[in-house]
Amino acid sequence: MSETKTPLIRLAKRAEMSKGRIYLIRICSIIIALILGCLPMVLTGTNPFAAYSVIIQGSLSRPVYLKQTIRTAIPLLGCAIAIAPCFKMRFWNIGAEGQITMGAVFSTYFALFYADKIPHAPLLIIMFLSGALAGALWALIPAFFKAKWNTNETLFTLMMNYIAIGIVAWLQGGPWEGRKGSQLIPMFSDNARLPMVLGVNCGWIIALVLVVFLYIYMNKTKQGYEIAVIGDSVNTARYAGMNVGWIMMRTMLISGAISGIVGTIIVSGANFTLYKGVANGVGFTSITVAWLSQLNSFAMIAISMILAVLEKGANTLQTRMQVPASIADIITGILLFCMLSSEFFINYKLIFRHKDKKEAMA
Amino acid sequence: MSTLITLIVAAVTFGTVLMYGTLGEILTEKTGNLNLGVEGIMYMGGAFGLAGAFYYEKAAGAAASGPLAISIAILSAFVAGMAASAIYSFLTITLRANQNVTGLALSIFGTGIGQFVGEFMRVSEGGYVALSNHLKDAFNATVFPSFFINIPVVGRIFFSHTVFFYLAVILAVLMYLFFKKTRTGMYLTAVGESPSTSDAAGINVTKYKYLGTTIGGGISAIGGMVYIMTTAGCVWNHEGLSGVGWLAVALVIFCIWRPLNAIWGSVLFGAMMIMYLRVSIPFIPTEIYKILPYIVTVIVLVLTSMKNSRDKQPPASLGLNYFREER
Amino acid sequence: MENKCAIEMRNITKRFGQVVANDSINLKLYRGEILALLGENGSGKTTLMNMLSGIYQPDAGEIFKDEEQIYIHSPREAYEYGIGMIHQHYKLIEVFSATQNIILGLNDGKMDLSAAEKKVKEICDRYGFEIDPSKKVYDMSVSQKQTIEIVKMLYRGADILILDEPTAVLTPQETNKLFKVLKNMKMDGKAIVIITHKLHEVMDVSDKVAVLRKGQYIGTVNTSETNPQALTDMMVGHAVSLNIDRPKYAEPKKKLIVEGLTCIDAEGIKKLDSVSFCAYTGEILGVAGISGSGQKELLEAMTGLYPVKEGSIRFINDSGSEVELVGLTPKRIRATGVGMAFVPEDRLGMGLVGSMGMTGNMMLRSWKNGRGALLKKKEPEELANRVWKDLDVVTPGVNYPVRRLSGGNVQKVLVGREIASQPEVLLTAYAVRGLDINTSYTIYNLLTEQKMNGVAVVYVGEDLDVLLELADRILVLCGGQVAGVVDARNTTKEEVGLMMTQFNTSGGAHE
Repeated sequence: MSETKTPLIRLAKRAEMSKGRIYLIRICSIIIALILGCLPMVLTGTNPFAAYSVIIQGSLSRPVYLKQTIRTAIPLLGCAIAIAPCFKMRFWNIGAEGQITMGAVFSTYFALFYADKIPHAPLLIIMFLSGALAGALWALIPAFFKAKWNTNETLFTLMMNYIAIGIVAWLQGGPWEGRKGSQLIPMFSDNARLPMVLGVNCGWIIALVLVVFLYIYMNKTKQGYEIAVIGDSVNTARYAGMNVGWIMMRTMLISGAISGIVGTIIVSGANFTLYKGVANGVGFTSITVAWLSQLNSFAMIAISMILAVLEKGANTLQTRMQVPASIADIITGILLFCMLSSEFFINYKLIFRHKDKKEAMA
Repeated sequence: MSTLITLIVAAVTFGTVLMYGTLGEILTEKTGNLNLGVEGIMYMGGAFGLAGAFYYEKAAGAAASGPLAISIAILSAFVAGMAASAIYSFLTITLRANQNVTGLALSIFGTGIGQFVGEFMRVSEGGYVALSNHLKDAFNATVFPSFFINIPVVGRIFFSHTVFFYLAVILAVLMYLFFKKTRTGMYLTAVGESPSTSDAAGINVTKYKYLGTTIGGGISAIGGMVYIMTTAGCVWNHEGLSGVGWLAVALVIFCIWRPLNAIWGSVLFGAMMIMYLRVSIPFIPTEIYKILPYIVTVIVLVLTSMKNSRDKQPPASLGLNYFREER
Repeated sequence: MENKCAIEMRNITKRFGQVVANDSINLKLYRGEILALLGENGSGKTTLMNMLSGIYQPDAGEIFKDEEQIYIHSPREAYEYGIGMIHQHYKLIEVFSATQNIILGLNDGKMDLSAAEKKVKEICDRYGFEIDPSKKVYDMSVSQKQTIEIVKMLYRGADILILDEPTAVLTPQETNKLFKVLKNMKMDGKAIVIITHKLHEVMDVSDKVAVLRKGQYIGTVNTSETNPQALTDMMVGHAVSLNIDRPKYAEPKKKLIVEGLTCIDAEGIKKLDSVSFCAYTGEILGVAGISGSGQKELLEAMTGLYPVKEGSIRFINDSGSEVELVGLTPKRIRATGVGMAFVPEDRLGMGLVGSMGMTGNMMLRSWKNGRGALLKKKEPEELANRVWKDLDVVTPGVNYPVRRLSGGNVQKVLVGREIASQPEVLLTAYAVRGLDINTSYTIYNLLTEQKMNGVAVVYVGEDLDVLLELADRILVLCGGQVAGVVDARNTTKEEVGLMMTQFNTSGGAHE
């Protein structure tokens, strides 16, 4: 079809691109992001080269830094894994923040009130199980309404986050408050803390197990297959005899349970107490981790590490060079923007109008 | 009685912040774009609004005029918000990136920028960044003469607020008229409902989406500035500002995407958020009040989906990107 | 204006790739006249009209309006020439009122809704439309939505109106109302084209009939001087021999009994109206009918995908016992051991997972197999390789996303999988639509092979020539009802064509 009004640039879906080129584009996007990240530094009179090297040094150069970086990466990775099945199904669960928080709440309950009654190992197991249960139930609520009445899951899960955080705020200043007026929940006793393995809380082992679990779950199991089919076409899923509503709820249960486990890891492995900022934006950042990894669990390790390096390194940057640590968020943001943009160049191609194109039949 | 009036006045102060955030997001969402970056946008608005007023005062010295400072603050916040949403718009409208993920990225980016600017000002100015009392008073001054304010009961409820509240109400009414009465408003709604139908009718979908999201972002950003200048006392305060953007997103749902509802909705939400300071109801812990806005929003969301009343649904294409060839 | 020619199309040709959709077509359209554009599905009617409405541009040929040559590049330009087309899929904003929809995209100075509403009312009164200008579209019936589309064109000053199968979605009463309005518009001097394949409507409403067949212009006749039989002949032409092999199966047995099947869609329209028939083993039961006569609903109801209002679908086991399928989900149907395979019309949207490769798609039937939570990939992979080889699927590999394959290969994957499930009943919907000749024959042979294996095959098709040579018996659907079942070996194209358009209103007389 020739049209006289063909626009100068037209978009079309690209058929397929070689793996090499895809990686080239992605790497370029990261480089561009790092270059753009220099901008706020230059504007505020910081030498970007020095700043980047401080970021790298401050996050990776010494074992103690590396351990802190890994500790930052664990929840990001764990939560990205939680979100992946939902996103694969095109169920936009942005409620991981709340699911983490609720998981943390339930775990904290046992940590606070049963720490002196139950031995270490069973206590931790109970904490993990209760964390998983809490996250799962918290995630099930929006999934149920989505399956039953097609309630918008994006907005619903978003609201659930703040309800969960509000509950913690209440616990903090009310029933679970430690010293009166402190607005703080007491620190966990050692009995309720995760053991350290190689200098980092054992959460990293759980996260790596989850990486393998997700890979197997999504690629090798019947349930993973169902999720993939629903994500492609709900009609095909029905044709194949799948109960779409039930699968949605089941997937959210699993997703919420993993988020809940992440919550347990955070309270008993890193913070040793519960406060309303327990999730600290992890639930949101991990969504971008999951998306940019194309829901590939191994890629999530790399991306969550990159973001953790930025965050940890920026803290060092603040102490050494007086650059506000929020530079980490800025560079993270720029990185996300650039990587999101790069997907466009992988999926679409630009067709430029040729000058010699003839006008229609005129 | 006076407690109630104090409560209402305080609710209006905080509600004004929300009203800007919400009105901006309504405009954005009406075009079918769910911008979850409001939190970041409002941070940027707060930081740049403060910066604008602060550096203006620094340049003008004692001669700094209140109205001009207010205008500069509004303008800097608005431009910052527009710039932030322009990034979002470019990524989602032109590059068709996932709206949820892009919005969250903007949230991270915007809070980072806001924080950075706030901190940077503190560091570079050596400690404390605040406006002079003279300008603080200008930002917090009431608009109506004291004669009105002194009318019993009604006076304080209706006439004791800052200029930002009245501007927000005017904005809400204008937006209502815009959607109801103007062709542009109607086309913008059409784009959010069905981009393909609008495209077929010859409406420039891209243009409307860009206009709605960028201007919407600018309006939301003013909310952040208003928070810093009124509630926070003209000092950068990221703690207080955190979560306000998300509350605005909730309020959009609560208002079922109608600007006029935002007027009373934001005051109601404002009341729920500050009620814990003033009112205590037996058996209900005060901290729980703060989650009320989210709970009522969830209830509204569930009820509207159960009733499936077509008038009260989100814009039909909300969250979906439009690509003509995919029709 | 003495009945001047409003629009004349001369030697219009339009190709889509290899396919010639319109081959040098001539058409004249006069004011104060209703022209019926008649032809089977795929005969090129809509394509031809899309060139008047600015959606396509012809590859060759000329268009004249009032004896002046014009070029129409876009729907907007078509409006400017006073040409308005009402498509089958309405493009309306649900939350807007009728008037808002009507003025959408129209730039005529300041927006004045009440003035626009008044003008809409005027138009409605003038021609006898019944719509409330301020009513929201989501509260409207399909026919009211159609009315909005028509009024929208009139509002823009269209005096040449093209309606693409306007009655497909209407009840008989609504159809009568529409025709009354169309006649009013004709009296007002408008030129009207109605695209249709329903003969009785042609006889009812039109002044002239232009007939297309397979992209060719057959001729134009005055409605008053013709009859349904003659029109059918023009429309379907003489039977073309396709030389499809049609062996006879030794002893057919009853396999599937459908009785009084009635289905109602979400809008409350009866899609199937007490449909009854039998499918036998070793037989291809062709299902003929104009599109939208209930074919899709029939197949989906039989596979548990479409809600059934009334009636029964009974599957007869080899042992002779019957299984009632109505009320069972697809999963349960499979669980009861009923071997039913289904090749749906929407291949990538319903039958296959576009983003997966052949292996992943083979699994769509067998993913539940085996114990445990893990997928068994070995068998589907073998099956994929077998289908790849046996059916000559052109693909780089069994893990290459099927979405990227050509239409014919997509269909081979789908049919290959369904046949591999060794069904006792095989349902196919438009199995050769969009396929080239060679692939079509591959499919015919596969289906015949299944038949000779004792499978009861149901073949929903649109090409009568194929149905006549491939099927053993033909079930003719018309408006959701069974117009009759005929022996494919002893019937004629004309007979089936007439039943499809239900000129024979008694229905079911042939057996």
